[in-house]
Amino acid sequence: MENCKAVIEALILASEAPLALEKICAILEEVEKTEVKKSVEQLIAEYNERQSGIYLAEIAGGFQFRTRPELSLWVKKLKGTKQASLSPAALETLAIVAYRQPIVKSEVESIRGVDVSAPLKGLLDKNLIRIVGRKDVPGKPIIYGTTKKFLEVFNLKNLSELPTLREFKELNEQTEAIQDFSNS
Amino acid sequence: MADETTDYAIKLDIFEGPLDLLLYLIKKNEIDIYNIPIALVTEQYLQYLKIIKSLNLDLAGEYLVMASTLIHIKSRMLLPVPDEPSDEETEEDPRAELVRQLLEHQAFKEAATALEMRPLLERDVFTRAAQISDKAENLSDNDDDLIEVNIFELIEAFHRLVSRIDKKELMEIDLEKLSITDIINDIMERLSRDKNITFEELLGEKRDRRRIVYTFLAILELIKMRMIKAYQTAAFGVIRIFPAVES
Repeated sequence: MENCKAVIEALILASEAPLALEKICAILEEVEKTEVKKSVEQLIAEYNERQSGIYLAEIAGGFQFRTRPELSLWVKKLKGTKQASLSPAALETLAIVAYRQPIVKSEVESIRGVDVSAPLKGLLDKNLIRIVGRKDVPGKPIIYGTTKKFLEVFNLKNLSELPTLREFKELNEQTEAIQDFSNS
Repeated sequence: MADETTDYAIKLDIFEGPLDLLLYLIKKNEIDIYNIPIALVTEQYLQYLKIIKSLNLDLAGEYLVMASTLIHIKSRMLLPVPDEPSDEETEEDPRAELVRQLLEHQAFKEAATALEMRPLLERDVFTRAAQISDKAENLSDNDDDLIEVNIFELIEAFHRLVSRIDKKELMEIDLEKLSITDIINDIMERLSRDKNITFEELLGEKRDRRRIVYTFLAILELIKMRMIKAYQTAAFGVIRIFPAVES
């Protein structure tokens, strides 16, 4: 198919949610998956090279056209000023759920050191996290995980694309400090 | 001292709990987190606590737990260290657990900031059309407006159904084995297929009292677990059940 790239471009634009590679392949039956993948990569490169107002982003396991972040000022003028940002408490709770999922409330609380009922409820209402089940321990606590919408909102390809958590010095290094202390 | 007190008061809003306050104190005093001078930190922590208590008693609860932990650590630090530790347990620094907690907390604070700095949808980047929101909201655009149902309306619907049952049917002894878990599974399966479903559709033909009661309980349980949402178009209208989240 010669116009494969153009078809893919049209499909991605017309799709409401990020369009998965598998879905494109299902539509373009006769085209090889590797060919589709190559075309998508070409499209991404072309949009980047052209420095146009939109770029082709890989989001939540699919592809979607998005406006460039540096143009947000202008687009916001079009969209109005409504901007629902997350509180620091909600953001921290979300980060813990994202990195440590599947996770129960008590585990989130032991990291934050405070009650997280309110931020968890807010995140559920915003559809950024979801209930994935109940843990098989006494009390059957609810297990939380992030949603596809979380990936869409935070511009993530998948969960492994989350920025790596800063590692802290491990126990053996801590023991050194302890020895220092006991010597002094 | 009086000046310090006002200084503390201004900064109180920014603390997200006791761990946050401790991290602030560590940063302020330029302390090495792996070697916290527990006496100094405990003293300063208790000073802050006094102010928090005077402002908001509710808040003090979780802060008090940390205060007692600090004092406990401090007292353990005062105990002489045995020259030749007998086993691993006694060798552990009393501060180790707290340090681990502080570092973990700090790591996630940083992670939260990093997340916030990403190009966020509807803040930094925008898609072609409005973001597709919840299915229920989508439906409300072309259908009548949906109202989220409260518990009383659910009970009302339940009453209407029960009152419609044939009296004779109620007398029958039903040997069919039912469990709420089965019905919950059945509801979730049908919702994954049909997107939304009414209470009556869920019951189907088998309208005996037990099935109605069990189905009703299953719906209440699912709403509590936030697996589904119930909506109706008008008061006393048909109640439709939607999956609460997309998988």
